[in-house]
Amino acid sequence: MSEVLDIVLTLQFWVAALRIATPLIFGVTGALICERSGVLNLGIEGIMTAGAMTGWLAVHFGAGLWTGVLVAALSGAVFGLVVALLTVKLGLSQHVAGLGVTMLATSACYFGYRVILPGVTTPPRIEPFQAMNIPVLSDLPIVGPILFQQTPLTLLAIVLVVVVWWVLAHTPVGLAVRAVGENPAAVEAQGLDVHHVRIGAVVVGSAIMALGGAFLTMSAFNAFFFEMVAGRGWICIALTVFASWRPGKALVGAILFGAFDAFQVRLQQAMGGVVPGQVFLMLPYLLSILALVVWSRSAGYPKALMVPFVRGQR
Amino acid sequence: MLRLVPRVEAAPRLAAIVPIVAALVALALAAIPIAAAGAPVLDAYRVMFEGALGSRFALTEVIARATPLMLTGLAVAVAFRAKLYNIGAEGQLYMGALAAVWVGSGRFDGPMPVMIAAVLTAGAIAGALMMLVPTLLKTKLGADEVVVTLLLNFVVALFVQMMIEGPMKDPMSLGWPQTEAILDSATLPKLIAKTRVHAGLIVALVAAVGVHLLLKRTTVGFEIRAVGAGPKAARFAGMNVGAAMLTVGALSGALAGLAGVGEVAGLKGYLTADLSPGYGYAGIVVAMLAGLSPLGVIAAALYVAAVFVGADSMSRAINVSSYIANLVVALALLAVLVSGVFVRFRLVWTRTTRKRSAP
Repeated sequence: MSEVLDIVLTLQFWVAALRIATPLIFGVTGALICERSGVLNLGIEGIMTAGAMTGWLAVHFGAGLWTGVLVAALSGAVFGLVVALLTVKLGLSQHVAGLGVTMLATSACYFGYRVILPGVTTPPRIEPFQAMNIPVLSDLPIVGPILFQQTPLTLLAIVLVVVVWWVLAHTPVGLAVRAVGENPAAVEAQGLDVHHVRIGAVVVGSAIMALGGAFLTMSAFNAFFFEMVAGRGWICIALTVFASWRPGKALVGAILFGAFDAFQVRLQQAMGGVVPGQVFLMLPYLLSILALVVWSRSAGYPKALMVPFVRGQR
Repeated sequence: MLRLVPRVEAAPRLAAIVPIVAALVALALAAIPIAAAGAPVLDAYRVMFEGALGSRFALTEVIARATPLMLTGLAVAVAFRAKLYNIGAEGQLYMGALAAVWVGSGRFDGPMPVMIAAVLTAGAIAGALMMLVPTLLKTKLGADEVVVTLLLNFVVALFVQMMIEGPMKDPMSLGWPQTEAILDSATLPKLIAKTRVHAGLIVALVAAVGVHLLLKRTTVGFEIRAVGAGPKAARFAGMNVGAAMLTVGALSGALAGLAGVGEVAGLKGYLTADLSPGYGYAGIVVAMLAGLSPLGVIAAALYVAAVFVGADSMSRAINVSSYIANLVVALALLAVLVSGVFVRFRLVWTRTTRKRSAP
C-alpha cells in the first residue's frame, strides 16, 4: 500500500497523468458538445485519426506547429460536417453513420499517408511542442510543474473546457445547443433552425476532437503511426456518460483516467515479468466499460440524444 | 429549395436497387483517390476488375475472402434486425479462432468429423459468450452496446496477443508469436484443390439459409423481428424482450466466432495477431449493403471481397495503396445509407420559404 502512495504522491506522476489525459480532454469535450445538441458522434475515432495525421503532415511540410493545430481542427470540422449532414440533415442512424465516417476518415488517412509519403518505412519525425517552462508560473509549488511544465496544447485543452462550460451555461448560443438536445420542437417554436444549431455544434465539437489527435502526433509523440489513436475516441464516448455531459465532470473524468493509466504503466514496471504486459494495457478499456456500466442508469441523458428532428413531426 | 418529403407509399423496387446503386457509386468515387495518387484511372479500374474477376484463380480468391465476410455480415445483420448494434464481430471472430486452436491443436485427437465438429462448436460458443457480455450489460444495466463492443475489440486483441506470446505460444516457432498448428484431423478440407476455398464456405452458406429460415419461419425469428421493430410493442404483446435479445446476441456472436474458425482451421492453420484484416468491421458494411437480409449477405460479401481482391492486384500492378479497398468499402457504407433515404423520402423542389404564422 505504501508503494502505491509513493507512486501517486510524486509530482512526476501527476505531470504524466495530465499529459496522458490531454487527448481525452479534447475528445470528451468535443463529444460532449455534439451530444448536448442531440448527436452521438461515433465519427470521433476517425476524426481523431484525421487530426493526428493532417496536423503532423502540415508540420512535416514546413508549417508552424500552431498552423498544424489549425489544419488538424479544420480536418476535424470537415469530417464533422459529413457526420452532421448524414445524421442531422438526412436523419440517418447515428450509430451506423458515425461508424461509417470513422471508417472513411481512417482509411482516407492511411491511403493518403501511402500516397503522400510513398515508400516510407518509418514515418518522418517532426520537432514537436516542448514543455513551456514559464518563468514564474512553473516555479509555483505543486501546481507549477503539473500545469505549466506541460506542452501548450495541454493548457489549451483545459482552457477550452472552461470556455465550453461557460458558453454552454451562460450564453445564448449555449442555451440553443442545450435546447436542441433536450427539446428541439420548442427551439423550432422559438424561430431558431434546429438543424443549423446541431450542424454547428457537431462541426465545432469535431474540430475540438481532432485536436486530441493532433496532441498525439505533435506533443506526445513526434510522428504519425497507424492505429495510434487506439480506441481513445471510444473511451471518450464512455467518459461523456461518466460525466453526465457536464464539462467540469468530463475534465475530472479524463484526468482520473489519465491518472489510472499513468498508474498502470508504473505498476507494469514494478510487476514486470510476473503479470503479462497486455493485462495492464487492457485495463483502460475495461475501466471505460465499467464507467459506462456504472453510470449509464444514473446519467442525465440529453433527452433528444439520437433522435433526429424532422420539421413538422413530433 | 430542395426538401425531403416522406413517401406515402413504399417503394419496393427502389429499395431493391439501392444496394446496387450504392456499390457502383462507391466504386465510381474511388476514381478520385486513384487520380489523386497519380495513377491512370481507367487502367486502374481495368486492373482491379481483372484482378477480382478476370481468371478462375481470381474468382476462387474472391470466394475465399467472402467466406469470413458472409459470417461476420450475418452476425451483424441478425443483431441489427433486433436493433442490437453488435460492432464487436472483430473481437468475436478472434475469440472463435482462439477457441478453435485451443480445441484443435493436439489437446486430444479423434476422427475427422468429430474434430471438425469440435472446433466449430468451440468457436461458436466462444463467439457467443463474447457477445453475451455486452448484451447482458445492455438489457440488465442499460450500457450502450455499441461502445462496449467497440472497446471489447481492443481487449480481445490484447488477450489474443497475450495468449499467443504466452500460454498458447508454439514452442517451435523460434520466438515468433503464433500458436501451435491445428491438427490435420481438425482442418477444414479444401473444396477446390490448389485454391484457398475451404469448407468454411459451406458453413457460411448453410448459416445464411439457416438465419433466413429462422427469421422468416420460426417463432423465435418473429420475436427477433418484433423486438427490432419496436421493443415496447413486443413487450406489450407478451414477448420476453430480454430473452429475445440474449438469443440474438448469442447467435450473432456465434456466427462471428465461426468466421474465426474458418480462417484458422480452413486457411492459416495457426493463429497470429494479424489473422483478420478487419473482417469484423467490414461485416457491418456487408450487412448494411444486404439491407440486413441474410440471403443478401451472400451477394454483399462477394462484392466486398471482390473490392479487396481487386484492390490488392491494383496495388501490385500500378502501385496504388491497397488501402483504396478500405476507402471503397467505407464509401459503400455511406452510399447505401444515403440512398436509403430516397426509399423513404421523395426529393421535392419547393419555392416557399418558411413562413412565420401567428399562433
